[in-house]
Amino acid sequence: MNDTVEQQIDKLVQEHDIVLFMKGTPQFPQCGFSQRVAAILNSHGIAFAAVNVLLDPAVREGIKVYSDWPTIPQLYVKGEFIGGCDIVAEMEESGELAGLLAPFKADSA
Amino acid sequence: MANDINPDHLRELVLAHLPDAEVEVKLFSGNDHFEMEVVSPSFSGKSRIAQHQMVYAAMGEHMREAIHALALKTRAK
Repeated sequence: MNDTVEQQIDKLVQEHDIVLFMKGTPQFPQCGFSQRVAAILNSHGIAFAAVNVLLDPAVREGIKVYSDWPTIPQLYVKGEFIGGCDIVAEMEESGELAGLLAPFKADSA
Repeated sequence: MANDINPDHLRELVLAHLPDAEVEVKLFSGNDHFEMEVVSPSFSGKSRIAQHQMVYAAMGEHMREAIHALALKTRAK
């Protein structure tokens, strides 16, 4: 991964509280796992930046190097890699995700 | 889905790297999705991400293909 891609990813991850790298968009997800994570985030009613990796192969591969994680989707909160579909779903079930996202809820501002 | 990616094969790959693990692999939804649960003391104290990364590393070159169809759950005990 060249520097510019890494800087591009870093910028995205640092600039937004919540970033989801996914295949497709929340409205038109192109993969079941991406769809599931976007739906979970939507169910919490929080705003998040969605990055459609299908539009940029360099980001699609670069993000896997960036987090040392082999798949998409990838969720970042406050610049920290939280996980892919399995982990986000597990955190949703355990209630951990609600706690993590609580500070970003629109109505809690 | 390549035919050499089957539950037993995935299980062996993980056990080869995590000999103290208990590995359960189930095939479901039309033979192209796997559910794998790995329990291993070597996960203790590690984040979920680190645990999953250990399993992905164990799967090695099969990772790319199998991983897209894998629902993974890990825990230390």
